[in-house]
Amino acid sequence: MRGEAIDQIFVRTKHWLLSFLTNAPDWAQQVASSLLNIAAVLAVFMTLFALISVLERKILGRIQNRYGPNRVGPFGLLQPLADGIKLLIKEDIVPVRADKVVHFLAPIMMAAPTILALGVIPYGRNMTAFAIDGGILFFFAVGSATELAVFMAGWGSNNKFSMLGAMRAIAQMVSYELPLIITVLPVVMIVGSLSPDAIVEAQGGYASGFAPRWFVFTPWGAAAFILFFVSGLVESNRTPFDVPEGESEIVAGHMTEYSGFKYATFFLAEYFGMFAVSGLAVTLFLGGWHAPLPWLEVIPSYIWFFLKLGALLFVFVWIRGTLPRMRVDHVMGFAWKFMMPMAFTCILAAAVWHYQAHGISGWLWSLGIVLVVYLGLSRLLNTRRNLSTRTYRFAE
Amino acid sequence: MSASAFVVIAIVTVAGALAAACLRKLIHAALCLVVAFLGIAAFYFLLGAEFVGLVQVFVYVGAVAVLIVFTILLTRREDEDDVGFNWGGVIVALAVFGVLSWAILKTTSLSIAPPAIEALTVKRIGQILMTDYIWPLQCVGVLLTAALIGALVLVMEEKR
Amino acid sequence: MTPTLTLFLIVSAALFCIGLLAALSRRHAIFILIGIEMMLAAANLNFIAFWRFGAEPQQPTGVMVAIFSIAIAAAEAAVGVALVIAVYRHYRTTNVTKLDRLKG
Repeated sequence: MRGEAIDQIFVRTKHWLLSFLTNAPDWAQQVASSLLNIAAVLAVFMTLFALISVLERKILGRIQNRYGPNRVGPFGLLQPLADGIKLLIKEDIVPVRADKVVHFLAPIMMAAPTILALGVIPYGRNMTAFAIDGGILFFFAVGSATELAVFMAGWGSNNKFSMLGAMRAIAQMVSYELPLIITVLPVVMIVGSLSPDAIVEAQGGYASGFAPRWFVFTPWGAAAFILFFVSGLVESNRTPFDVPEGESEIVAGHMTEYSGFKYATFFLAEYFGMFAVSGLAVTLFLGGWHAPLPWLEVIPSYIWFFLKLGALLFVFVWIRGTLPRMRVDHVMGFAWKFMMPMAFTCILAAAVWHYQAHGISGWLWSLGIVLVVYLGLSRLLNTRRNLSTRTYRFAE
Repeated sequence: MSASAFVVIAIVTVAGALAAACLRKLIHAALCLVVAFLGIAAFYFLLGAEFVGLVQVFVYVGAVAVLIVFTILLTRREDEDDVGFNWGGVIVALAVFGVLSWAILKTTSLSIAPPAIEALTVKRIGQILMTDYIWPLQCVGVLLTAALIGALVLVMEEKR
Repeated sequence: MTPTLTLFLIVSAALFCIGLLAALSRRHAIFILIGIEMMLAAANLNFIAFWRFGAEPQQPTGVMVAIFSIAIAAAEAAVGVALVIAVYRHYRTTNVTKLDRLKG
């Protein structure tokens, strides 16, 4: 089949490259295989990072009725190169009173987990860089290390804005990590596996010949997807939840004292985190690399994955250009009062859907449960009463 | 299970733990504790218990370490980083270590190589957790809820 | 050469004693908490090692105990940290040797 040859072109290239090493010892082959995977993931996402950083500014420009960068190269596409050179040759400033070691390690600790997290996502058929049994758990385990990195950056800088930003960031990331993980649980429950490959596999095929079996097309899946996406926005510190680095309040939060290449590393970590969360959302709810319609399967799987990823990234930028920043206490209250109960509801709705044999009655029942809880919560948490004077808890 | 991996992990873990126990600055100690926890997780991977290793990273690095550093932030006082050292503890710890290692080294039945086993999958752990260990699981759930409520009650603002 | 059970037990004993050292000789409440966490982690390492080297590795009892133990350690850390914060609020200190009043 011609389609398959193109679909598996990267997998076959890797096998062909590894075939030069057939006489090498076992460990050398394993190391070479891993290195190839790492190189591929890094190359793809570094390119995507460069691309998205200029596209984001272009799109934001369009939203705000201006042009955005268009001086360097055709359509301003070489802008990331110029930015990179500028950041590389900038002076690296370390504050005198800083905790030097912690200050130095923080950007590394920030970027490393996000790159690791990218490894477990299946980018196409047979294209998972690091396929382990508990891939989803691995994703969250390494992802939780970024909180510590934020703390290290805030503490190491020895600056009150950095410290405040770090405290805000940790409080907010810890709170939203719970809904982020709990919304993954229904998918894990239905599929019965923690491996991303199995989850994508379970979303293959088409109901009645054309409707894709993606989890986002079930009521619990749609609710969980939205909750997951909002939590992902918070975890990657993007607007409207960017209170940890709110420029108008606390300069740049935990990144205030960083300059040059270290700042660029933070920037890279933020974008890689965004890619990782979007990639996981695609894997869990949007059918991974599966095509939306049967006759579109000629298009290779990885193209579908990156199309979906691109769509989610566009929504990230779109939200950034549209919504104002939330107040810090509202962000926290929203997590505990709304996101958590809704996340638990998703589990319940998924269980009902499962025990009605994935049929139409289960679909309606789970829709009913999600709607009842949503309406009840929005009635209960009528926020209009709470527009009173703000009291700070952590910034006394 | 390779010996070189064991040696590297053992050195990193014990060094991290020692630093966590002895460093003067609290914040450095907490970060070294993370290194020690990561080393223990690496041991679990080496021993073929990937799931426990991941849970270890998830709970200890993601939750316990973050809790500890957050507490350090909330109870920070510049003059209290170095609040003395009780040398009696060193003697007790060394004595305990001596007795333990004497007992371990004396027991010849312990110097065995690991038997070959099939990999322990997450699915199997889940099945056992939901059948044989369902009551302990429920108890842990109750315990965690109780701990959550207890922690909240403890840190609630006192009425003045 | 593969490491034997003895080596794992020695490392675990070392970790336990370092935890004991931190819990006994430091006077800052958070160091005591760190020590207790380390002792628990060392005990977990023992469970996993005995499971792996044991007679019946098909029956993952050691793994189960380790999982439950990790959950309990998390609960213990939460309560311990809450205690430290409550004590700090009341006495404005985290030095355990200064907490010698029975009357609140």
